[in-house]
Amino acid sequence: MALDADTAGRPSPAAPDQTAPAIELRGISKAFGPVQANKDISIRVMPGTIHGIIGENGAGKSTLMSILYGFYKADAGEIFINGQKTEIPDSQSAIRSGIGMVFQHFKLVENFTVLENIILGVEDGAMLRPSLAKARKTLKDLAAEYELNVDPDAVIEDLSVGHQQRVEILKALYRQAQILILDEPTGVLTPAEADQLFRILARLKEEGKTIILITHKLREIMDATDTVSVMRRGEMTATVKTSETSPEQLAELMVGRKVLLEIEKQPAAPGRMVLEVENLQVIDDQGVERLKGVSLHVRAGEILGISGVAGNGQTELLEVLGGITKGTGSVRINGEEIDLTGKHSDGRTRRHRGIAHVPEDRQREGLIMDFFAWENACFGYHDDPSYNRGMLTDNDAIRGDTEKKIEKFDIRPANCWLTAKNFSGGNQQKIVVAREMERNPEILLVGQPTRGVDIGAIEFIHKQIVALRDAGSAVLLVSVELDEILSLSDRIAVMFDGRIMGERLPVETDERELGLLMAGVDKVPAGVSEVEAVEANLDAAAREG
Amino acid sequence: MDAMPKWADVLLVPLISIVIAFFFSGLVILAIGENPIDAIRTMIQGSLTSSYGWGYTLYYTTNFIFTGLAVSVAFHARMFNIGGEGQAMLGGLGVAMVCLALPWPHWTLALPAALLGGALFGALWAAIPAYLQAARGSHIVITTIMFNFIAFSVLNYLLVNVFKPPGSMDPATAVFPPGTALPRFSDILGVFGIPFSAAPPVNVSFFVAILACFGVWLLMWRTRLGYEIRAFGHSESAAVYAGISPFKITMVAMLISGALAGAMAINNVMGESQRLVMNAVEGAGFIGIAVALMGRSHPVGVFLAALLFGFLYQGGAELSLWTNIPRELIVVIQALVILFTGALDNMVRMPIERAFLAARRRRKAREAGLGKTEPAE
Amino acid sequence: MDLILPVLDTTVRLAIPLLFACLAGLFSERAGIFDIGLEGKMLAAAFFSAALAAVTGSVWLGLLAGIAASITLSAIHGIASITFRGNQLISGVAINFLAAGLTVLIAQDWFQQGGRTPSLIGGARFETIDLPFAEALSGVPIFGQIYADLISGHTILVYVGFLCVPLTWWILFRTRFGLRLRAVGENPAAVDTAGISVVWLRFAAVGICGILCGLAGAYLATGLQAGFVKDMSSGRGFIALAALIFAKWRPWYALYATLLFGFLQALSLRPDVVELIFRVPMPVQFLDALPYILTVVILAGFVGKAIPPKAGGEPYVKER
Repeated sequence: MALDADTAGRPSPAAPDQTAPAIELRGISKAFGPVQANKDISIRVMPGTIHGIIGENGAGKSTLMSILYGFYKADAGEIFINGQKTEIPDSQSAIRSGIGMVFQHFKLVENFTVLENIILGVEDGAMLRPSLAKARKTLKDLAAEYELNVDPDAVIEDLSVGHQQRVEILKALYRQAQILILDEPTGVLTPAEADQLFRILARLKEEGKTIILITHKLREIMDATDTVSVMRRGEMTATVKTSETSPEQLAELMVGRKVLLEIEKQPAAPGRMVLEVENLQVIDDQGVERLKGVSLHVRAGEILGISGVAGNGQTELLEVLGGITKGTGSVRINGEEIDLTGKHSDGRTRRHRGIAHVPEDRQREGLIMDFFAWENACFGYHDDPSYNRGMLTDNDAIRGDTEKKIEKFDIRPANCWLTAKNFSGGNQQKIVVAREMERNPEILLVGQPTRGVDIGAIEFIHKQIVALRDAGSAVLLVSVELDEILSLSDRIAVMFDGRIMGERLPVETDERELGLLMAGVDKVPAGVSEVEAVEANLDAAAREG
Repeated sequence: MDAMPKWADVLLVPLISIVIAFFFSGLVILAIGENPIDAIRTMIQGSLTSSYGWGYTLYYTTNFIFTGLAVSVAFHARMFNIGGEGQAMLGGLGVAMVCLALPWPHWTLALPAALLGGALFGALWAAIPAYLQAARGSHIVITTIMFNFIAFSVLNYLLVNVFKPPGSMDPATAVFPPGTALPRFSDILGVFGIPFSAAPPVNVSFFVAILACFGVWLLMWRTRLGYEIRAFGHSESAAVYAGISPFKITMVAMLISGALAGAMAINNVMGESQRLVMNAVEGAGFIGIAVALMGRSHPVGVFLAALLFGFLYQGGAELSLWTNIPRELIVVIQALVILFTGALDNMVRMPIERAFLAARRRRKAREAGLGKTEPAE
Repeated sequence: MDLILPVLDTTVRLAIPLLFACLAGLFSERAGIFDIGLEGKMLAAAFFSAALAAVTGSVWLGLLAGIAASITLSAIHGIASITFRGNQLISGVAINFLAAGLTVLIAQDWFQQGGRTPSLIGGARFETIDLPFAEALSGVPIFGQIYADLISGHTILVYVGFLCVPLTWWILFRTRFGLRLRAVGENPAAVDTAGISVVWLRFAAVGICGILCGLAGAYLATGLQAGFVKDMSSGRGFIALAALIFAKWRPWYALYATLLFGFLQALSLRPDVVELIFRVPMPVQFLDALPYILTVVILAGFVGKAIPPKAGGEPYVKER
């Protein structure tokens, strides 16, 4: 695609007809094997607006937008851009039609520079040098116009996640996108960064660009969008003006029934000290310090929530406590020191010490996706005497035990001979949660318990966590969802850059304060705006890592 | 939901793949100016129509069961052991050393000892690449291939400089003592008065191989170790989460794999030649790859695939005897089987999956038409 | 000097097939396709180049045939690992066996000489080229000797091989194609969403790999040796892969790595030199195994943190 530097970032020659919708989808359907991801979906988005698409996990939002971007091909349906019927068999055609997309998982080449990523696919000519020079100039203009500053020569893996997202937006603008799709853009941002993103989006809207925002966060829809569509189980259930709806109504449309937005729980009654962590440090394979001296404690019968943007050491904290990685420092369980570095510092010994672990990524760690449900239900506990008879495993006993868990945790389909990959996200998570909770552990480590889980399962899992607390276990909860942390935790610790920035009680804090802590800002220095303070901190941390 | 039923996955897909592989093998035979139908007739005649032919077929089958199981066990731990050839060579050395060490009074004593010797040497030869992979991250495929070449040199050196009896010109060990001779099928069946050709080398090792099949099944699906090996093979990150040591599993799986390959030597060295010669393995280590892939790394599948390759191998030998088709035809067939059952698996699988999906959709539509509804997923 | 120059000269000649194969692997793996079928492609190219050269008497027709054979096997690897997203290791193994079997089968059918081609003579082989003034300068100590004996007097393919190194570097790091090729080996989704065909790019890389393996094989049979014999690639494809890892997937390092391996192979051909250095007699079997042993040692000991292309070995699957 030829690109002229002078016109980059400005409305393309074919100016949108203001009366026709910028995007219209008619009867879009898409199946992945036996799973119907989109069923006969139609939608219209007017130019110069921000349109939200909201729905639960697996509702088919990302699939729909990936079809619009030519990443997937629809089985049926038509696409109209600015009133014109358009075929979008691949991303090249989408780009040519003025569509840009920022995926939830960025599509950047991590060891390339910003400039190299920007020109990839839209180079001018066979040699790189002239393309790079031109992109450098255009990038400067775009940065000035939209406050999208990034160092063009920085390598992607050295950038903070927020800046990587900027590169994705710049990529779209460099390709002269008039329609910008963003898939769950705030999941990886601190609240301050998210605010700034929404300011940029507002700016783009003023320029006449059309924006589609995919999210599962009701608040973002209410704050940022003009119109909103709701998706449920692959179908579009409603499209409404944002000003004419309410969070409660949207939630009900998403789930198909009334939703309890609050968790019922009694105040905690913390008992004896169970977990004491002092000056815990972790250095990863590349020699990067991931935990820089973390200290915390959890008592029996309380939930300590760890809040923070993903990648600030929460994963390593769970992993070192769960025996997956080695670390230095001191960890005591019921006053007894545990080995953090030795040969036997692994998940098996931790389980024997009463630490259960619901990992952050159930598909990568918590489950073997090709194992049957019953093989997964004993995973990690497979050396337990009740599962074995002499040299051999007692598969009947394991299956019997699994049947009980399936019933108690309402796992569907109730069939222990299905492989894990055949369960929905929520039911997969229930298999993990059932396995880890059923033994009344001293300590439960839980990472992102409701990521990719439907609302029904979220409510169920939250109730189980609270019940376990009430039964006297110590719970360490890690989540990037502030709402989840605020509603479940008895105390909240905020992590930034491998450290605990501070601890607060849920009743004494709010999202703004936690958001600043998440960016490592304890106090905003005089004469500096909050955003500037946040940015300065995040940049410094990214460069260091 | 799985796209197709289990039986289609384990039976239909491999069967179609094999048919395609044989079709292309036929084309190759045509291309070198021979008649594939005649070739098949010659192969069947030479391998399946007499006790002589069956004897050789089952002799080769025994070799391939061992090497097929060896590759399978490593596959379960997601490791590609291409070193079966070298491990079986060294296994031969172990068997020879055991057999030559004592004037064994009876084969019932010699066989377990030799089995142990072969397995131990095979395991040791696999241990080095395994350790280098587990501790240093060396690519196991490349190191096991290198170890095949090295094994050849080691054996060559030992046979020429150490084990060659004085006065002999062959690079081979002395003949084993008579007490190590394994009973052949003609001996065993003779007890029951069933006549069987005494010429082919098929011997009691065949039953050891079948026991090994059962043993591997028991190990993989009925023990904690097998569970851990399979878990590690499916997902290393999950294995680490569960407290399964990647180092331990890598080592143990490769040791078992090497031991199985080395154990093959009781058949070809002790059972057949009764001394160790240079090319005793005859490519069986490599055929194990095709056998494991075709048998879907399951002992039952490995047994059936080994039988098929036993037939091909014996048939191929007959072919080279009676026609102008060299023995290398078997290497080509082996390559095509690996290609179609392994690398091009999806080419066969995807259309079948689509067919099953379409059939299911039609059924659903019909049921919906009759007013029945399925519960939501 | 008289002792070391011949060894270095042999080093260069033995390094060339490794270099071609290593660069072949570099293109393929930089695009995210692992290829342990280098060995088989070399072998097939060696046979077909020698066979065609023997039949037609033209080494150039032989070269073309060798490259064509190698590209055909590359296409199979591409179809298996790109189109049908199969296991790249298994596909490579299959290709190695296919080449090992077919070459002997066809050789027997065509020439009836027990799986080898007739010896190549005259125009059916690559002749050595004497660089200008080599004769005149050979009397000058050291520099003249090096020029005359080491730099001059190789076949054209040797010089082509050395030229391929800067060429590869330039393609990878200075052209649009190179940028896209490196990107597809790191993150194919980035390439896909940028509107470029992942499949096309990877096939292009695999195709280049085929051409380079064809050169490697043709050099083996028509430059280094005078004809094809069974299994004549003797593990060079695998050693080239080890060299590629050792070279951390970079063109200039690939040159140094393959020269090192070439040197090891050259040493194993000269037991007298080895004995002179180590002052103990070396069994011939040990020298035969030496390149393989050192390959293992180097892979295990000196690679350090070599980071392979991130998407290497994994088929690109868009569906979730």
